[in-house]
Amino acid sequence: MTDDTSKRKSGDVNRRAVLAGGTALTASLFLPKSVRAQDYPTAEINTTGLAVTDDAVTIGILHSITGTMAISETGSVQAEKLAIEQINAQGGILGRKIDYIQEDGASDWPTFAEKARKLLVNDKVASVMGCWTSASRKAVLPVFEQHNGFLYYPTFYEGLEQSPNVIYTGQEATQQIIAGLNWVTREKGAKTFYLLGSDYIWPRTSNKIARKHIENFMDGTSVVGEEYYPLGHTQFNSVINKIRLRKPDVIYAIVVGGSNVAFYKQLKAAGIDMTEESPIVLTISVTEDEIRGIGGENIDGAYACMKYFQSLDNDNNIAFVDAFKEMWGEDMVIGDVTQAAYLGPWLWKAAVEAAGSFDVDKVREASPGIELTSAPEGYVKVHENHHLWSKTRVGRAKPDGQYEVVFETADLVEPDPFPEGYQ
Amino acid sequence: MTFSSFMTRKEAFGFLVLAAVIFLVLPLALDAFRLNLFGKYLTYAFVAVGLALFWGMGGILSLGQGVFFGLGGYCMAMFLKLEASTPENTAIQSTPGIPDFMDWNQITALPAWWEPFNSFAFALFAVVAVPVALAFVIGLAMFTRRVGGVYFAIITQAIAAILTILIIGQQGFTGGVNGITDLRTLMGWDIRSEAAKTTLYFVNGALLFAVLMVAHYIRKSKLGRLLRAMRDQPDRVRFSGYNVASFKIFIFCVGAAFAGIGGAMFTLQVGFMSPTLVGIVPSIEMVIFCAVGGRLSIIGAVYGALLVNWAKSTLSESYPELWLFGLGALFIAVVMAFPNGLAGIWSERIEPQILRLFNRSKDDKTAPKRAPAE
Amino acid sequence: MFSDYSWADLGAIFAMQGFAGLTLFAVFVLMALGLAIIFGQMGVINLAHGEFMILGAYVTYLVSTFFAEYMPALFSLYFFVAMFLAFLASGALGLLVEWALIRHLYKRPLDTLLATWGLSLILQQTYRSVFGAREVGVSLPDWMMGSLPLTDLIEVPINGIFVMILAIGISTAVYVMLFRSNWGRQVRAINQNRDMASAVGINAEWTDRLTFGIGCGVAGVAGSAFTMIGSTGPTSGQLYIVDTFLIVVFGGTASILGTIASAFSISQAQSIMEFFLSGSMAKVLTLLVVVGILMLRPQGLFSMKLRK
Repeated sequence: MTDDTSKRKSGDVNRRAVLAGGTALTASLFLPKSVRAQDYPTAEINTTGLAVTDDAVTIGILHSITGTMAISETGSVQAEKLAIEQINAQGGILGRKIDYIQEDGASDWPTFAEKARKLLVNDKVASVMGCWTSASRKAVLPVFEQHNGFLYYPTFYEGLEQSPNVIYTGQEATQQIIAGLNWVTREKGAKTFYLLGSDYIWPRTSNKIARKHIENFMDGTSVVGEEYYPLGHTQFNSVINKIRLRKPDVIYAIVVGGSNVAFYKQLKAAGIDMTEESPIVLTISVTEDEIRGIGGENIDGAYACMKYFQSLDNDNNIAFVDAFKEMWGEDMVIGDVTQAAYLGPWLWKAAVEAAGSFDVDKVREASPGIELTSAPEGYVKVHENHHLWSKTRVGRAKPDGQYEVVFETADLVEPDPFPEGYQ
Repeated sequence: MTFSSFMTRKEAFGFLVLAAVIFLVLPLALDAFRLNLFGKYLTYAFVAVGLALFWGMGGILSLGQGVFFGLGGYCMAMFLKLEASTPENTAIQSTPGIPDFMDWNQITALPAWWEPFNSFAFALFAVVAVPVALAFVIGLAMFTRRVGGVYFAIITQAIAAILTILIIGQQGFTGGVNGITDLRTLMGWDIRSEAAKTTLYFVNGALLFAVLMVAHYIRKSKLGRLLRAMRDQPDRVRFSGYNVASFKIFIFCVGAAFAGIGGAMFTLQVGFMSPTLVGIVPSIEMVIFCAVGGRLSIIGAVYGALLVNWAKSTLSESYPELWLFGLGALFIAVVMAFPNGLAGIWSERIEPQILRLFNRSKDDKTAPKRAPAE
Repeated sequence: MFSDYSWADLGAIFAMQGFAGLTLFAVFVLMALGLAIIFGQMGVINLAHGEFMILGAYVTYLVSTFFAEYMPALFSLYFFVAMFLAFLASGALGLLVEWALIRHLYKRPLDTLLATWGLSLILQQTYRSVFGAREVGVSLPDWMMGSLPLTDLIEVPINGIFVMILAIGISTAVYVMLFRSNWGRQVRAINQNRDMASAVGINAEWTDRLTFGIGCGVAGVAGSAFTMIGSTGPTSGQLYIVDTFLIVVFGGTASILGTIASAFSISQAQSIMEFFLSGSMAKVLTLLVVVGILMLRPQGLFSMKLRK
């Protein structure tokens, strides 16, 4: 936590980190065009009174840095700051440096709405990188639609939403779920599934999609149990016993937050060795970030299905991981959402440059079709529905807290926030 | 009851100052965004006034006021959600015409207990009636068995926990952890616009004053004197032939009604209702608003709610990483140094000074030299 | 629902479910004991109880990192050192807090609630500033994470046994201290009549401070033990607050035995209901039953004397 206390920052936090990342990215794609601010007069590229001056543009960062969600959201804040520093090191956007105003959502949904309104109405930010939980997004959504703000939302989520004022840089549920279920059935011969989750909308909707897929779209597979525990629940011995009784091939676990730690520790203590794969544990909620809290030795052998793992072996990702560690410390780990948050500022930059304007309406119009070949996860592209085309991968947890990628979809998976047949 | 027996000159002065702050100073000094925020803080003041009544005067501490606030807010939110969920607005759903979160949870028809909330009159009735009914049941069970003090606090806290888990767990009917969001219009009036938010601020202020008058009336009435007597010497009141429990139930229900109104206004002002307003943390915070304001003073409670929330917002904007230190220190400081809160500081430190000035200049003989009766 | 399973399966499951209930019981006892001392004997509502527990967890984390770094050979034993240090750290913080805050508030028990809430906010933010906003992973010695296979079907988690032994040990220690030691006599004397106790020469001020410190220390040990089953983060402590207070109140304050009895009944109820219902509903029903019983019997399971 070196610079979180400061409100506005631009430029020179950690030159070396910025340059390291900057050069790597430059090498891969972002050839710095010699963009000069005077080529784009402020009056022309900002017709709606956003916080754009001749040499700077202000955006907002809106995450929880206090309260229970700070555990998860810290990584996103760090990734967004890194991306902003790197963009600034390359000369910013349309010749303007990015300044940011950071607000604390405090893990409280009304506070998110309040701060979103402040950022859009008082600070006139050109875009906002923010939110983590679905509840916080739902709380700020009317504010963004009313004041025509533009939000980059990083978390994998349940879908069923498509706002003109949001770009969803994480995967929606079908992207994340279906490939993993197909893989575990095909490769591991799994037939029976036990669905488990924390009790709120994302796990419930995800499990609904999983259940539909298991029951209607695959052969001979069935769900043998489905169960939800309150957020923050720390006692899972009873459900572990139920799982023993039903003997499923796969425990499909969407437990989140502090419950995650309790669940995996108790699973291991109950003598269920995940490396033996009976049953297989398949999760869509445990990124490398969560493993830090769980402890690598406690989740060794579990499978996770998402679009990004820190261990991905490509040049973009290696440069990204290096730059991230350089800026935030060697012991940092990077999870799926952190990487998706990192895409936010870059996607916005690309869209602004394609539009030649900061105006939200023009940026929105330019967004579909924006490509990012430099993304750590590989190549992504913005779909008409404001979600990203991306690959889905299955990783296997190792004791050191990293995932080993064991499967990757051949093609990009099309985002489908309103899936037919899964409602 | 004549005016002077209803309100002393000093009390009238206090209400006038508060009215000036709410209706003149804040609207003139703040831009639309900040005023809207203060509108939200005012909705918490309803709860704080209720707490000042039954905690300050009645000695009953409830750590579950969020429950009543939330119930009032949910009743209003259900009405607004039904209004927003017209078949045209929800055409992309598999079942158009029902709230979006029901559709996401494979509910294909509006549950029967939602039906009455199509009526605005019923929703308004429910905003007060539902919290009061629950408060009555809790009060009946607890006060007739003479549960009080710490026990009552812990049990109400548990009730807040239960309701939160229940709302989150029954997401098909309640919107779950997201709450009931994306509320748009009230009887066709768009509540999202800046103008509407400003109007709502003044409605909030006016309603708050109505509530303050009711609270003041209760304080001044025989009931108020009995409550104070019960707080300090419950047995003597009981031996005098009064039914202590029924008074406590009554005042607890009044507090719940205030909280319910506050919750409903919160829903209108903020545009959604969520279970985070129901749980333990907000419930404790509401007690803190009251404590900071001075638990004996209903006017102090309003200032407390405004001040703490304003401090929270501005501190968290300026020092996002450190503001909790400031907030925590504020609570400790209030409890340690100013047990009677802002009202105590006012009546012990500032008011005597003003009175002295006042007396010196005008030699007003009606101003009491000694401490007032309380 | 059971027709599909063999008797051997069912027997094994019920045995393990019974054991799960006992583990939950032990966890509840550990959670509640510290509070039972503070709340029961002193009437102080310590809303920062969860934060004292998490301090113990963080101490455990630090000790485990230290052992892994400098004394890997002794790593398997670090947990005992950690628990002892957790007791000292939380206890010392307790003494400090009593001296700075609580002693000024004995006449205003409800105000302790507000002050300790402020304290809990400050402690949370302190943990966040010192250890970072993310959870820390406490690595445990291997012998603690396994399970004992009793039969082919029944496996008993070792950390469950460990928590149980710890719960028994600490309750016994607290019981002996309260009812057999000089300190315990003094605590009980002050609890019954403070002025009289002072008059006969008991140093009430110091006894109070020690009591509060010991209560917090026990919370620290509990937090240390919970690194085996739960998460360690700045806000993890809040997860335990409602359950803890409810157990103490349900047991009837001022009675350690009551606390244990109430922990037993609540844990068994919850564990049985969790088996037959879904998790969320089980929790709601358990809390409802407890609140319902408290409404009928407000003095709790074991009442000492007056009610207020």
